[in-house]
Amino acid sequence: MNLVLLGLNHKTAPVALREKLGGLLTDLGAAYQELQSHPELLELVLYSTCNRVEGLCATEDPEKAIGRMRAFFSNFPEVTPGELDKSLYLHRDREAVNHLFRVAASLDSLVVGEPQILGQIKEAYRQAADSRATGPILNRLLHKTFSVAKRVRRETGIGDHAVSISYAAVTLGRKIFGDLAGKTAVLVGAGEMGELALEHLKSDGVGRIIIANRTLERGLQLAQRFGGEAVSLEELAGQLLFADIIISSTGSSHYLLTRDQVKGVMRKRKHKPLFFIDIAVPRDLDPAINEIDNVYLYNIDDLKEVVEFNWQRRHQEAAKAERLVAEETLKFLEWLETLAVYPTIISLKEKADRICEAELKKTLGHLGGLNPEQRQALEVLTHSIVSKLLHDPIIFLKRQHQPSRPHRELDLVRRLFNLDPERNGELTDEE
Amino acid sequence: MSSALIYLTLIAYFGATALWLGFFLAQRENFCRGGVWLLGLGLVFNTLVLIFLTWTVGYLPVATFGQTLLVSAWALVAAFLFLYWRFPIKVLGALTAPLAALMVSGTLLLAPGHGVVSPALKSLWLTVHIILALLGNAALTLAFLAGIFYLVQERQLKNKNFGFFYRRLPSLEQLDALNYWCLTIGFPLLTGGIITGSLYAQHTLGSFWQWDPKEILTLLAWLIYAVLLHERLTVGWRGRRAALLAICGFVVLLAAFVGANLWFSSFHNFASFLKQP
Repeated sequence: MNLVLLGLNHKTAPVALREKLGGLLTDLGAAYQELQSHPELLELVLYSTCNRVEGLCATEDPEKAIGRMRAFFSNFPEVTPGELDKSLYLHRDREAVNHLFRVAASLDSLVVGEPQILGQIKEAYRQAADSRATGPILNRLLHKTFSVAKRVRRETGIGDHAVSISYAAVTLGRKIFGDLAGKTAVLVGAGEMGELALEHLKSDGVGRIIIANRTLERGLQLAQRFGGEAVSLEELAGQLLFADIIISSTGSSHYLLTRDQVKGVMRKRKHKPLFFIDIAVPRDLDPAINEIDNVYLYNIDDLKEVVEFNWQRRHQEAAKAERLVAEETLKFLEWLETLAVYPTIISLKEKADRICEAELKKTLGHLGGLNPEQRQALEVLTHSIVSKLLHDPIIFLKRQHQPSRPHRELDLVRRLFNLDPERNGELTDEE
Repeated sequence: MSSALIYLTLIAYFGATALWLGFFLAQRENFCRGGVWLLGLGLVFNTLVLIFLTWTVGYLPVATFGQTLLVSAWALVAAFLFLYWRFPIKVLGALTAPLAALMVSGTLLLAPGHGVVSPALKSLWLTVHIILALLGNAALTLAFLAGIFYLVQERQLKNKNFGFFYRRLPSLEQLDALNYWCLTIGFPLLTGGIITGSLYAQHTLGSFWQWDPKEILTLLAWLIYAVLLHERLTVGWRGRRAALLAICGFVVLLAAFVGANLWFSSFHNFASFLKQP
């Protein structure tokens, strides 16, 4: 049994091509129906995300299967074969398993460690299973994939470190406040990054949101969107009394808040911690604010440093994850190798059954005039002799099978029982 | 019998230390769980030693510095486990476990005293005084450890240093709350210890206050903690200043506990509990 994985991702294909193929794969039911009509594609899973389109199949005839899959991808009139050939990559057996594990563990993602990919692959598998495109091998492989991805997440810190500026602000907030629930966030000025940070804070449970903007109208708009209140920029200093987190991103050319302003309010706040995030360039907040006790000020460069640092951490963790994936790949291949003995066991049994049937027929013809009970006793006798005789060779095959020398025992048994009469003459001793 | 139990206690505390430090470095959850169980086991042994000693000699074993360390270790671990149950801040174990292990080591290293024990130690009042004082010390030790963690984490956040400690230490708010909690438990216990002590002194020595070095230092520590608690409750002091004051208070308390016995002659000195025959 062979595994073949064919696909393209953000590293090999431009976004336009990925979009085209991904769009074409929306009707997965039809795709499975078409591909399943080809007998060489025994088991099949297709999955596409915004960064990749891949197909994985289990087959007895890898060359034919590869051709079929390639044809399937280039079958769409929108795709030119030339650009497809440049982008497609092909992984077989060990590489295919390893690749699938890496994809699901988010090691092959554009943003390494992002958590969505596992869900997408689970969904793709569910659709494949619904279309009855999978079988024992891919079922096992995919379930193994899910557990490997979970293990990677559990045992490495691959998803632990915030790698976007807006999210880094949230993780910093958690280190200061512990729990963000019930805290008040103030957004000063509008702007994409500020709004993104506010969104993160909101999904992390920030209780109250206040928008302070130069134009009150825009402020009201944002307040409506986030379910908060709007105040004018002049009221900002007054809001310091209630705020816990202040994100500032205005286009102001001078400092909106100075050290003394903030220091003055601390006693009234009963020294509750204040967390300032200044993502404006030029800066909105006096850097000296950071010197006040219980006040923490981070500007855009500080946050960039957090993100940079977290990237490095993530890549270190990814190296750990790669080891884990390699280990699990090996385990799965061992299982796959043991599958190789089953055809031999089956043909052994079939051969024995054929002999039984033939001999029974012959003997029953000679004897004649037996009552049904006698006939049955004779049948049971022959079958039990045969199965007792085959018991040990079968156990030998199952137990002695070593993945490192996959064909030695198999060949021995096949030759011993002459299971491939047409090959018999050409077989030579491997040693 | 008792020394075997002390060794078992010591092994459990050192084992817990290894697990907690392992947890601190590797951040594996099961190390921390193991650490809690081992500390609990150590506490059981520790309790058994104390019961056994009290039963055989007829008083709480606080006649020597070494014995007192054993009781202190018991109080510290008991306070930590109680706190952990309500307030599971895991990193605290990484300092508590080694401290308890060192205290029990001290018990074994310091020469056991021999002699006639002062009959005063058999008094129930005095036993209450000692237990309250040592439990207070334990809670305030935890406040001190929380204060140290706070200062470290605060430095990381102020200096924008996101390394080793930043990742491993909990949030500032949690550490500050831990400091406050320990203070609110430790301060009444310490107060109780002082009151029972002075009542007993009035009863036996005829005056509430002796100007003994240990008394003076403890009063100083008590004043520091009183200021801290007051400022926390009224002005809302917190964070760095509160952590620093908790550390100051602990240093004075430590001087009262250790120093008064080693450097000054006083009736709190352990030497006065044992009269050479």
